[in-house]
Amino acid sequence: MEHYTFLRHLADSWALLALALFFAGLIVWVYRPGSRKVHDEIASSIFQNEDKPKDDPDGH
Amino acid sequence: MVDVFKIAGFGVLALFFAMAANFGADEAYRLHALLLMALAGAGTVWAIRTAGTPRVPAGGGYNDDVVRAGVIATAVWGVVGFLAGVIIAFQLAYPELNLGLPWTSFGRLRPLHTSAVIFAFGGNALIATSFYIVQRTCAAPLWGGRAAWFVFWGYNLFIVLAATGYLLGSTQSKEYAEPEWYVDLWLTIVWVVYLAVYLGTIVKRREPHIYVANWFFLAFIVTIAMLHVINNLAIPVSIWSSESIILFPGVQGAMVQWWYGHNAVGFFLTAGFLGMMYYFVPKQAERPIYSYKLSIIHFWAIIFLYIWAGPHHLHYTALPDWAQILGMVFSIVLWMPSWGGMINGLMTLQGAWDKLRTDPILRMLVVSVGFYGMATFEGPMMSIRSVNSLSHYTDWTIGHVHSGALGWNGMITFGALYYLVPRLWHRERLYSLSLVSWHFWLATIGIVLYASSMWVSGIMQGLMWREVDDQGFLVNSFADSVAAAHPMYVVRALGGVLFLAGAVIMLYNLWKTARGVPGAATTPVAAE
Repeated sequence: MEHYTFLRHLADSWALLALALFFAGLIVWVYRPGSRKVHDEIASSIFQNEDKPKDDPDGH
Repeated sequence: MVDVFKIAGFGVLALFFAMAANFGADEAYRLHALLLMALAGAGTVWAIRTAGTPRVPAGGGYNDDVVRAGVIATAVWGVVGFLAGVIIAFQLAYPELNLGLPWTSFGRLRPLHTSAVIFAFGGNALIATSFYIVQRTCAAPLWGGRAAWFVFWGYNLFIVLAATGYLLGSTQSKEYAEPEWYVDLWLTIVWVVYLAVYLGTIVKRREPHIYVANWFFLAFIVTIAMLHVINNLAIPVSIWSSESIILFPGVQGAMVQWWYGHNAVGFFLTAGFLGMMYYFVPKQAERPIYSYKLSIIHFWAIIFLYIWAGPHHLHYTALPDWAQILGMVFSIVLWMPSWGGMINGLMTLQGAWDKLRTDPILRMLVVSVGFYGMATFEGPMMSIRSVNSLSHYTDWTIGHVHSGALGWNGMITFGALYYLVPRLWHRERLYSLSLVSWHFWLATIGIVLYASSMWVSGIMQGLMWREVDDQGFLVNSFADSVAAAHPMYVVRALGGVLFLAGAVIMLYNLWKTARGVPGAATTPVAAE
């Protein structure tokens, strides 16, 4: 089979399915139990470390 | 030892560019060779003078010098780009303004305008804000030391090469990708270093999580690298010439060009600027983003969908129908995540809407998100084939692009600049909030004039071009539709003047703020 036809059929079958499943899985992952606390924490993290970096744990 | 290589390297480069200036086949190439020869010569002198001096290690703080440089470049390039836009808008209304010279003709100034506003103004804004945001959200200084400076100067050298090339007629005739092969190669090098600095900072982060703004910036950097390399695959006719032959022929070439072109909108002007939105709107409103979950879904939906929308630029062309329909469907689906993102930005003000009355910077950010919503509704609508048959090739497209570019990209960048300058120059506040208000209203009225005049002229053009009499003959000649658009072209140019005036006021206000001149207004400015 020529490349074009092969890629064309791959794109609208397995690739489409894989991408759709990844996306659906992602939404499930976002709403997983216990994620609210983590997300709230990240969302408010921008209000810290405004003026200087955190101290480097490696001591640099 | 490193010094020897530096001196020799710059010297060899200067020699090479001297040869290039000698052998160069065209004007643009010779000018660029001379410019690069001078830079390499200056580099040699610098390498000799600094040889043997030990490098001062950077302090542990954030690297904000490069952000300051980026802020200055953004503001100055913005005014230059808007001025070029105003000039070509008047050229369309009054063709005598082409002056009969090749260098000042619309055909050469138009790419100068688009590149100046998208790549010089928008690009510098993206680089500066991404460097500012990635350091704060990762709680770590920029990775790679002076590499960030290479990104800044290298990128601005790219802009100078592109702009001077256009004026001298050097172009590969791909919209928004006009620069020729050696300028493209240079940008590729700069972009890879940009990615390394950005990714390095994220890898070395001292926060457990990667804040969503960084995801958007990263998608922007990675995707632009891919788009730029593939769309610019070309074979130079000679190493001593700026001419090159594009690799893809015919309809494949058109598809690659608009796959690039639309994703330049999707990832440069949307994903990158959404990174700004997810940082500056919450910061200025002093509230976390409305829904962090929605922002994750927004991110993945945007990058999953945008990449397929390009074919809507090629409706009713030689492109296969299935590809046209695919582009149309994905464009329409894209409406949903776009509005999800808009709602997320706007709802961040929940419980803080009163701040809009007193804070003109927040007003600018919110209006920009509003324009984002408007443009991302109009775009999917225009991608529908039957609508596109009326709107395509008319001024409606120009109006759509500008409500997105001036309203969304322009306004959010202005808001970011007003946010950044007092912080970066350690001032308590801006020089004048009432000047921000002036800027806000001039820009908003300018955009309204621009968009509405282009809607009128665009739909009028579309209707005139398709009008047939009862014998089936076309009623109007093309020149008829040009003459009919004249009043709208004047209104559009005036809208541009207002937008430019606002930007000049901003430049003055930022300058005064950075200089530390105490301002006049201390009271909040009402939205009147």
